[in-house]
Amino acid sequence: MQRHFDRDIEEIKDLLLRMGAMVEDTISQSIRALMERDTDLAEEVIARDDEIDRMEVEIDQKTIELIAKMQPAATDLRFVATIMKITPELERIADLAQDVCERVTELNREPQLKPMVDIPRLAHDAQRMVRQSLDAFVRGDANLARQVIAQDDNVDHLTEQSFRELLTYMLEDPRNISRAIRLTFIGKYFERMADGATNICEMVVYLVEGKVIKHGASLHGAE
Amino acid sequence: MTTITMDLSNTRSRDLQLPPDAVVPPKIDARGVNFFYGTAHVLHDINLSIPEKQVTALIGPSGCGKSTFLRSLNRMNDIIPGARAEGVIEIDGRNVNDPGVDVVQLRRRVGMVFQKSNPFPKSIYENVAYGLRIGGLHHRASMDEIVEKSLRRAALWEEVKDRLGASASALSGGQQQRLCIARALAVNPEILLMDEPASALDPIATQKIEELIYELKDNYTIVIVTHNMQQAARVSDRTAFFMLGRLVEYSETKTIFMNPREQMTEDYVTGRFG
Repeated sequence: MQRHFDRDIEEIKDLLLRMGAMVEDTISQSIRALMERDTDLAEEVIARDDEIDRMEVEIDQKTIELIAKMQPAATDLRFVATIMKITPELERIADLAQDVCERVTELNREPQLKPMVDIPRLAHDAQRMVRQSLDAFVRGDANLARQVIAQDDNVDHLTEQSFRELLTYMLEDPRNISRAIRLTFIGKYFERMADGATNICEMVVYLVEGKVIKHGASLHGAE
Repeated sequence: MTTITMDLSNTRSRDLQLPPDAVVPPKIDARGVNFFYGTAHVLHDINLSIPEKQVTALIGPSGCGKSTFLRSLNRMNDIIPGARAEGVIEIDGRNVNDPGVDVVQLRRRVGMVFQKSNPFPKSIYENVAYGLRIGGLHHRASMDEIVEKSLRRAALWEEVKDRLGASASALSGGQQQRLCIARALAVNPEILLMDEPASALDPIATQKIEELIYELKDNYTIVIVTHNMQQAARVSDRTAFFMLGRLVEYSETKTIFMNPREQMTEDYVTGRFG
C-alpha cells in the first residue's frame, strides 16, 4: 500500500540525493583546482557553498515536519534518523572541499612545492568513498556500506604517508614550511571527507539492519 | 481491499516468551492458549509471559484477538455463550482456568477498565465504594479512607473531593474513565486490564489516563489493549503484536517500534496495513 508518508520520504530522499550530487561535484572541482592550480575555479567553489547550506536547512525542516506529522516507527524511524545524520555529514564534506580550495588559492601565490603523488590518490579515494556511501544509501546496501568503511584505513595510511613526506621538505628548508603545512592540511581535509563517508555508511548499516556499528567492535550488535 | 498473507513458519513460540534480559519475574504466564467462539478458532497457541509491575501493550488490527486474550486473563469471556478456552494462564503460578478457581476472587485480583466508561448510576462515592460493600466492608471510616485513596491513585480526588455525593454521570468522559479506574483500584487488585481505556477520550483526557498508567505501574501489573500505536509506544514497557489470532512478535516496546524482527510487525507499525 502506497502511503502518504512514502511520498514525503521520496521527496526528502530526492533532495538529499541532489545535495549529494552537488557535494560530489564540489569535491571533484576542488581536486581539479588543486591539480591544475586553478585559482579561479577554487574561488568559484568557495562562492557556491550557500546553495548546499540552503539544501541542508530545507532537508532539516522537511524531516522535522515529517516527525511532527507522521510519528514514524521502525524502518521509517530509522530512515528519518539516518537522513538527520547524513545531511550534516554531507554539508561538512562540502565545507572541507571549500577548505581545500582556500588552501589552493594560498598555495597558488607561490611556486609549486613538489610534484603531487599521495594527495591526488588520497583525494580520489575520498571522493570514491563519498560517492559509494551515497550509492549504498540509495540502494539500501549494507554490504557496500561495509566495503566503504573498510577503505578508510587505507585513506588514513595515505594521509600519514603524505604527512611524513611533507615533513622531510619542512626539515630540509624552512622556506618550504608554509606550503608544506598547507598541503598537510589539504591531506587532512580529504582524510576527513573519507571519515564523513564512513559515518554515512555506518548510518546506512543502521538503516538497513538496525545495528549500531560505530565506535568500534564494542558496540557491535547494539540496537 | 488488501489481502494479507501470513507466513508464521519462523515464529517459534519459544521466541515469544519473556526475553531473557527481563529481570522482573512473570506475573502472568500464558502457555498454549487457544480460544474458540463456537467453532471459530480465534486465538492460536498463544505463549506470553507478562512481567510484574510493568505495562504490557497488546496491539494489532481489529479482530486480531488482542481483546479476547486480555479478557481471558480474568475470565471475562466466560459469560459469552459458546466460548471455550484451552491452555494455561498462570497468575503467580496458579492456572486461572482451573475448575477450583473462584472467578469473583480472580476478578478482584485482576481488575478491568473498558473502552467506554461505565459508571453505575450512583454517586461518585458509591461508585468507588460499591466493590467494597459487596465484598462485605461496611465500616464507614475505613470505607472513606479507601475511597479517598482510590480516587487519589486514579488522579481524580482533587477534582471531585467537594462533590463526592454528586452523580457520577455528571462527570466528563475523562473523569468517568478515571472514576472507573478508581473503582477498579478500590478492591486492591494486583493486575489491571485496560481495554482501549482512552479511545473515547479527547487528547487532554487521554494524556491524563496515560500519565495515570505511568504512575500506576509502580504498584500494579498493567496490560493494555490499544489501537493507538503511539499510545502503546508512550506508555508500555513491552509490546505484543497480534495478527489473525496469533502472537507474531513480543518484545521490549522500543524494539517493536525501532527495529522489529518480523516483517509483519514492521508493516503494521509503519502503517502499511491495519
